[in-house]
Amino acid sequence: MRLERRTETPLALALSAPLIAVAIALALSGVLIAIAGANPLQAYYEMLKGAFGSRLSISETLTRTTPLVLTGLAAAVAFRSRLWNIGGEGQFYVGALCAAWLGHSIAAVLPPVLAIPVMMIAGMIAGALLLLGPVILRIRFGVDEVVTTLLLNFIVLLFVSMMIEGPLKDPLAFGWPQSVAVSNDVMLPKLLSRSRLHIGLLIAIAAAIIIYVVQSRTVFGVKSRAAGLNAAAASFAGVSLGSTLLVVACISGALAGLAGAIEVTGLKGYVTLDLSPGYGYSGIVVAMLAGLNPLGVVATALFVAIVFVGADSMSRAMGVPSFIADVIVSISLLTMLVCLLFTTYRVRR
Amino acid sequence: MMEALDIFTTASLWDAVLRIATPLIFGTLGALICERSGVLNLGIEGILTLGAMVAWMTVYQGGDLWTGLAVAAFCGGMFGLLHAFLTVPLGLSQHVTGLGITLFASSLTYFVYRLSLPVSSSPPTIEPFQPLAIPGLSDIPFLGEALFSQTAPTYLAILAAAITAWVLAKTPLGLAVRMTGENPHAVEAQGLNPIRIRIGAIVVGSALMALGGAFLTTATFNSFFPTMVQGRGWVCIALVVFASWQPGKALLGALLFALFDAYQLRLQHVVEGGVPYQLFLMVPYVLSIVALIVMSRRARVPNALMAPYRRGER
Repeated sequence: MRLERRTETPLALALSAPLIAVAIALALSGVLIAIAGANPLQAYYEMLKGAFGSRLSISETLTRTTPLVLTGLAAAVAFRSRLWNIGGEGQFYVGALCAAWLGHSIAAVLPPVLAIPVMMIAGMIAGALLLLGPVILRIRFGVDEVVTTLLLNFIVLLFVSMMIEGPLKDPLAFGWPQSVAVSNDVMLPKLLSRSRLHIGLLIAIAAAIIIYVVQSRTVFGVKSRAAGLNAAAASFAGVSLGSTLLVVACISGALAGLAGAIEVTGLKGYVTLDLSPGYGYSGIVVAMLAGLNPLGVVATALFVAIVFVGADSMSRAMGVPSFIADVIVSISLLTMLVCLLFTTYRVRR
Repeated sequence: MMEALDIFTTASLWDAVLRIATPLIFGTLGALICERSGVLNLGIEGILTLGAMVAWMTVYQGGDLWTGLAVAAFCGGMFGLLHAFLTVPLGLSQHVTGLGITLFASSLTYFVYRLSLPVSSSPPTIEPFQPLAIPGLSDIPFLGEALFSQTAPTYLAILAAAITAWVLAKTPLGLAVRMTGENPHAVEAQGLNPIRIRIGAIVVGSALMALGGAFLTTATFNSFFPTMVQGRGWVCIALVVFASWQPGKALLGALLFALFDAYQLRLQHVVEGGVPYQLFLMVPYVLSIVALIVMSRRARVPNALMAPYRRGER
């Protein structure tokens, strides 16, 4: 038996790959749920109910989808050019910290119409700058950006911890390490009354559409794809690899930074060290499940959000540890990788 | 100023250096073996977490400490086998697969831990490895206390570095592994199977990584808690580059790194004037990045690292 490259990928196969991957992942995780002493089918039913069962749970699921769309886009944009940005978590936090700081300090100076875009843009710049470092190191010195972006995540978390216990500490938080709060009048408007859902969701979806158009309709989109498919051929065809990667890095870092800025100004209002339950890392899974397609990212972010929100309530109802959500998501990533392989290769005897 | 220098003359610093270095030595050797055969194993962070929990749980359930280490090594090897299956015969992206293994191994670890033990405010503890004084050597003033009163796995780590160096440099097996990392087609031409060699190297490397994790819960600490690995796996990946893929230099790199880490811990208590403690904690990560920058140009990367091998495909 050996693998043989397909000349073209059937569309049906490409579209069914994520569904098959998720189905296998759910089946495998079902074994763990059974070991935990619960009926897997009932557990999955409870998860769906927890994610969609009421107006509140639907709004919670969509609220959880918002940052995942953005960190998923951040990974998808970078991975398409073979830029391995694993630093989404760190970029998320610097974006969040910038937004919280500005939201606290400029609210008195600027009207909300101006203050909100300023906070968003500041978060994006912070995220982009954080990724630029590793990318420049890769271009100039050949340093693998996977390790540098991963290590930066830890440095950033310590930096955030330093800030929220130091200069940006909220003096009213009873000694709890928590940043200054975004002033109420510059928080993002709610999308749905009596819920936590905010307009960040629309911003995230708009970002996905814009990225899709840029990737499929512009010269830059073609260049960034070429840089990922075959760097040598791309540079022979006149694509400047370095500058293309720098722009890709700016977009990717900015998206993850925006995710942090939106999470703070739309939902939490301040930064703590548990602001993100690993959105940066989950974004990688979101992007891979979507086959790096920006529109697909919206759908797969919703899937990951359903798993996380659903698992929380399933865990309360049935006593299965909520870590099952992380297990489902990580197995999905591995099964998706295998499924993607079979969209480009076929087995020959 | 003098106090900052005085730290170097305390035996406890050097004692701590070896203790901090041990998981890094295991992890770096494991990653190095995988990479010398041509496969990057970013599953390391997850495998360290898994090894930590499995070893602790084995001992907590009544097993003895060495059984704990053995079970951890076995489980690490199994996750290595999974990584090997996905990246070698299937030839999937080593970056993304490795991250997937890390996410899978750590989430499964937390799931099993939470399933086995109810939530409690303070994690339950075990009786960890005790220092093992080497007769004779441990009686030497200063040096004895500083270097020869370690726990048994620390001596094992240094032995593992020596064995790895010898096998890679002096044996036919080591030659085959190195050659697979440089040119798998040439290995095939010699009548050897590069696929099997890579799978074997990844399994052995991953088992060593798991021992590094196991050391954390059976010697450094006596309990398991989530996030205890704290990026040590990524530090190991950086150390492999720093060591130019040489086991001897990997040992030195891990020791040097541990020296900085042990020193910053002690310096925190000496430095006055409200320097935030987080700055000290950043030192290991910053150093890893600096090491990568300095060595990346000079390092001799295995030629076929990250290039999947498919028979009959160039």
